Amino acid sequence: MTALNPAGWRPEMNAAGGADDNVTFTGNRALMLEEPLIFEIGSAETTGVDFDEAAPAADLGALMRSDPIGLPGLSESETVRHYTRLSRQNYAIDLGLFPLGSCTMKHNPRLNEKVARMPGFADVHPLQPQETVQGALAVINELAVWLIELTGMHGVAMSPKAGAHGELCGILCIKAALEARGEDRRVLLVPESAHGTNPATAAFAGFTVEDIPATRKGRVDLAALKARLGPDVAGVMITNPNTCGLFERDMKAISDAVHAVGGYVYCDGANFNAIVGRVRPGDLGIDAMHINLHKTFSTPHGGGGPGSGPVVLSEALAPYGPIPYAARYADGSLRLVEEENAGDEHPDTFGRMTAFHGQMGMFTRALTYILSHGADGLKQVAEDAVLNANYVLRSLSDVLDAPFAASGPCMHEALFSDRGFAEGFSTLDIAKGLIDEGFHPMTVYFPLVVHGAMLVEPTETESKAVLDQFIGALRSLALRAKNGDPALKSAPHFAPRARLDETLAARKPILTWGEGGE
Amino acid sequence: MRYLPLTPDDRTAMLAAIGASSIDDLFADVPPEARLAGPIAGLPLHASELAVERHMAALSRQNRAAGDGPFFLGAGAYRHHVPASVDHLIQRGEFLTAYTPYQPEIAQGTLQMLFEFQTQVARLFGTDVANASMYDGSTACWEAIVMARRITKRGKALLSTGLHPHYRSVARTMAKYTRDSLVDGDPSLEPGTDWRALADAVGKETSCVVVQYPDILGRIDDMTKLGEACQAAGALLIAVVTEPVALGLIKSPGEMGADIVVGEGQSLGVGLQFGGPYVGLFACKSKYVRQMPGRLCGETVDAQGKRGFVLTLSTREQHIRREKATSNICTNSGLCALAFSIHMSLLGEAGLRQLAAINHARAKAAAVELAKLPGVSVMNDSFFNEFTLQLPSDARAVVHKLAEKGVLGGVSLGRLYPDNDALANGLVVAVTETVTEEDIAAFAAALKEVLA
Repeated sequence: MTALNPAGWRPEMNAAGGADDNVTFTGNRALMLEEPLIFEIGSAETTGVDFDEAAPAADLGALMRSDPIGLPGLSESETVRHYTRLSRQNYAIDLGLFPLGSCTMKHNPRLNEKVARMPGFADVHPLQPQETVQGALAVINELAVWLIELTGMHGVAMSPKAGAHGELCGILCIKAALEARGEDRRVLLVPESAHGTNPATAAFAGFTVEDIPATRKGRVDLAALKARLGPDVAGVMITNPNTCGLFERDMKAISDAVHAVGGYVYCDGANFNAIVGRVRPGDLGIDAMHINLHKTFSTPHGGGGPGSGPVVLSEALAPYGPIPYAARYADGSLRLVEEENAGDEHPDTFGRMTAFHGQMGMFTRALTYILSHGADGLKQVAEDAVLNANYVLRSLSDVLDAPFAASGPCMHEALFSDRGFAEGFSTLDIAKGLIDEGFHPMTVYFPLVVHGAMLVEPTETESKAVLDQFIGALRSLALRAKNGDPALKSAPHFAPRARLDETLAARKPILTWGEGGE
Repeated sequence: MRYLPLTPDDRTAMLAAIGASSIDDLFADVPPEARLAGPIAGLPLHASELAVERHMAALSRQNRAAGDGPFFLGAGAYRHHVPASVDHLIQRGEFLTAYTPYQPEIAQGTLQMLFEFQTQVARLFGTDVANASMYDGSTACWEAIVMARRITKRGKALLSTGLHPHYRSVARTMAKYTRDSLVDGDPSLEPGTDWRALADAVGKETSCVVVQYPDILGRIDDMTKLGEACQAAGALLIAVVTEPVALGLIKSPGEMGADIVVGEGQSLGVGLQFGGPYVGLFACKSKYVRQMPGRLCGETVDAQGKRGFVLTLSTREQHIRREKATSNICTNSGLCALAFSIHMSLLGEAGLRQLAAINHARAKAAAVELAKLPGVSVMNDSFFNEFTLQLPSDARAVVHKLAEKGVLGGVSLGRLYPDNDALANGLVVAVTETVTEEDIAAFAAALKEVLA
């Protein structure tokens, strides 16, 4: 194993200050530090964990693991340094604006972290006798009540692990409800602007996916939708507010039309942050909607999860929701409705979606966030999120094409396109330019219905000063893209890495260390 | 409100810049009958940090924490000591508050960590490749069954009776809708696994055989012959590992011929957390990589030739392939994967082997003590850190009585298999390095009193 970083220092680079003044001996640039892989700095003998006893002898015969495993160990000091140095190669909300559209990258309050680590929540086993976990069940139940009240729905399934898992939960409820009616409807209508998880979920559950047509103004074409509805349609999956940043004005009419032909309405709740505390989806005829606790309710994204995706359900679908869930009984005690008692208390459930009871660590954080805000604070969240997005939209519409600017105010995200850029310049260049300006890029090339889409979701936790700086940076980049500034094509120039070769990565995949011949 | 930076003056100025006269104007597209005028009635209003912390702390105190006394629960979630540096590092804001690494130039920290994680998991499991994580072990298990269907184009999966009953329930739920056919059942309280019978049952319609190792009753067995039977029949062998620490002591499923190895990574770094979030591990032979679900991180170079990492092979995934994707999974378990990886880096191979040996020895010691009690016997011939006791009476009642005496003494099989009377007297007991000799003595004494 070599202890040197192949990305940085090499013997032939030994002349720091030579031909290129920007080359250092180490490859580091002051606070921008290169970091080797653990496989290049650790060893199989090193460990950062001390034990109070020597390894006792074991005799498990032929099952004993004898060959080397290949797991390097690091001392604690090396470990702390390795991961701290890696962390500094990441952008994060704690560092600045992270305006990924439909991702709701808002501030993650630290009280949530403190609460989640209380021993009564963090150090509790999911199968402890239920009399020893009444507080944990109370958290699940209290959060469930809030989610039901905030959405105006009838029930909620708490166990789904993330948004896409929640979508599956909702779709399985629809499927179970149809089966209970003895109907085999196979078609789910999904707009082209939907998140990719929607059609993937529908297909996973055995449905055929058909597009819902949209108007040129960026909303569902109600007349075309009505024309398609029929006895083969199980339901619709609609994102509201939609991914073009608009509220579906006709949502109630859509729900009524779908219900009239015996279908169900699934709502993708990824964009709930725009309306939380201000609009209840239950008032719009929704049958099921997942809520990303890691979006609207501020549980940290953690570089790709964990998430949590509770699904609120209408009266029609609630009987089919998954087990387990926490129920409160007349004497005030709480009990899980699980395999043992589901037959009596929740007989029509479609079953279990995951081991244990859901993302408890996310429930404690989300409930803490909700209690901090209260009904008034949550309403303010939606209002400020929408205000910030409209401020971005209107402040840039003279330099960036906003295809739906005439369709009314946006909700919590502002959508732009790459129209008007110089030949050869695209949305990608704006994104990489934003990196150099110290911002995380917006969501790019989504939704698919807009050419070179740029979807900006500032969230409510950004100040006007930050937005003004971002608007200034994006204005500057838009002008550079229109004027064809070649320096923009090679951005980022100041990030830990320049543009990475994704084609190479996919053509010759190296997914573990050692495969590349090291 | 302490998390909202806009001032009333900011809001006024911004509305003016937008050309709106009030916030309500911005919600003009919401039908008036659905627009709420004020905060939703009947719900509490905002509260101080102090007040919220007080409320949540009171709820926390209504739970008995595992560390409060003798603790012996396992059955898919294990209590291990997590070094202090793990939780410190995962709370670095650059890890905690980052998104999925879609912009690799400013996400190398997460991406390199994932690459290291994938390598650690693949090596631990004895496979070629691993992905960047799934939600948890149970969903990873189901995804493996679906993946086997895609590869073999067959729809019949044989599940070992030793598979965790929740994992089996998840598979049953999903199979109902995908029309996969599952052959499964409850375990018997016998020392041997059902793997030989499974090897005999593998046929031309079988897509996969799913075994858990160690299994729900703590049994361990050699899967080599079963792997050979699968291979001969053109089926895949899927191994499920819910206690990865075991693989510091016993052979990896990959070494014994498993094609896909999935697992629950909670044991390392993550903690109990009342069941979630956990981290699903997913690994397989490299020839199946394009059928894998979930995110994959790969090595590449940047425009200046420096090594770097990106998410790759994303043409399998929902954001590209939509209804033709290998899975609908998007957000996975990144931060838990980080915790797993840091804990594994701290342990290293030497530390993992020692940790595993200590777990095994502690469990053996506990088994010897508990088997001395009248009417109590240890069902297993061999086990890692978990075994099944046969009690003279229904274990469900025993568990509650033990809790009254301050001992959390295992998971009753009645809780896991409520409809199976033959299993009612079974108690699954896990013993990790966190258990002391005094804990074992206290458990034995309490159990003796309860059974008396």
